[in-house]
Amino acid sequence: MTATRLMEEAEIRRAVTRIAHEMLERNKGSEGVVLVGIAARGDDLARRLAAEIERIEGTDVPLGVLDITFYRDDIGLRSEAPELHETRVGFDITGKVVVLVDDVLYTGRTIRAAMDALVDFGRPTAIQLAVLVDRGHRELPIRADYVGKNVPTRKDEIVRVTLTEVDGEDAVLVEEPA
Amino acid sequence: MIKHLLSMNQLSAEDVARILDTANSFREVGTRVIKKVPALRGRSVVNLFYENSTRTRISFELAAKRLSADVINFSSTGTSVAKGESLKDTALTLQAMGADAIVIRHPSSGAPYALTRWVTGNVVNAGDGTHEHPTQALLDLYTVREHLGHIDGLRVAIIGDVLHSRVARSLTFGLSMMGAETTLVGPPTLIPPDAPVWGAEVSYQMDEVLPKLDVCYMLRVQNERQQKQFFPSVREYARLYGLSRERVAALPEGAMIMHPGPMNRGVEIASEVADLPQAVMEEQVTNGIAIRMSLLYLMMSDA
Repeated sequence: MTATRLMEEAEIRRAVTRIAHEMLERNKGSEGVVLVGIAARGDDLARRLAAEIERIEGTDVPLGVLDITFYRDDIGLRSEAPELHETRVGFDITGKVVVLVDDVLYTGRTIRAAMDALVDFGRPTAIQLAVLVDRGHRELPIRADYVGKNVPTRKDEIVRVTLTEVDGEDAVLVEEPA
Repeated sequence: MIKHLLSMNQLSAEDVARILDTANSFREVGTRVIKKVPALRGRSVVNLFYENSTRTRISFELAAKRLSADVINFSSTGTSVAKGESLKDTALTLQAMGADAIVIRHPSSGAPYALTRWVTGNVVNAGDGTHEHPTQALLDLYTVREHLGHIDGLRVAIIGDVLHSRVARSLTFGLSMMGAETTLVGPPTLIPPDAPVWGAEVSYQMDEVLPKLDVCYMLRVQNERQQKQFFPSVREYARLYGLSRERVAALPEGAMIMHPGPMNRGVEIASEVADLPQAVMEEQVTNGIAIRMSLLYLMMSDA
């Protein structure tokens, strides 16, 4: 398998910083904004965004993590039940602007599931979406509000985000199918 | 994951760990305002109960409902079973109605196994005769792991009417699979002769066992299954094998007290002991829902 490196550590860091600024600009500060990362890796990116916002504004943004497994639309279509992660939304999202954070936006089905999961926790004023990579090929009418990098891909390619927290290094890779 | 759960012996230690880990996620769901996820939407789960049960039936019903499955409760009274329908014909009827999973409790050991030959869906044993009750064992393992952090190396005594207890058999299998040491304790008349092959020690002296325990698991005296006199009197039983306040004092600091319910207060467990903080019966019930959600989810979400 051959892998092309699309983003390096420094580019990821700059993208996170830019998204944090865009979020603050669009929402006129961090008041009423909460971050919810989609496990796995979306939660780590959300934590980095929160740290950036803290650095820029000096405010603490509530941070949650969501596992969307139970909301998937392919249960019973897969040979094995997928691996589970923790869900922890320790604050009320009603009346808040929830920024969902994920690593890669692809078909949009994960985001659909995440929105279903979120509304079980309350009624947010708005849900926004931040992703590190948008690789296209949407199967649902969903778009991101904040994008680190748009990457045109073929459907058979695999886009992989690695993060220091879980994988030991920061990078975005495109892998050719075997 | 396995298709049917009839006995703890069908599971590997990895399977058990996976069921317990997945139950963690479902316990979080149980703390939300909306305690429901759409994981099994559109599937139907039949509770087929040929024996009285409150907690197990309600627990399975809640578990299935919190997974968004449709639940049909079918008990032996007030149904075609009361008119003399055989288990096989009931099974074929449920099959024809499209049941995706059947949870069965039956007074005959082996009835869930028989069911697997007639239906295509998943079958879960919710207690069959004096054979097994695997979901109780799983929720007990979960509760122990929650409290003590691990299962391997723990010393557990299962005390009382072991002979009639399907819980004791399932739990002993589960504990030894996970690396705990189990001792079965009770009067000789209530210890099954084949107990040594379960992988457990046997003792008839409760007071000798207590000071070494991490978990003291009390069993209900099952009067309804006892077809002859197994001990001289309830008072004598309570004196020799009941968990009294004095016996609790002999347990090491931090030892857990468990009971599968329903309890006979004043028989196998003193009423004041049942209300102690180290007695975790209510947690067992709460964890039972998460464990059954985990099991139904893992079994039913395989293609």
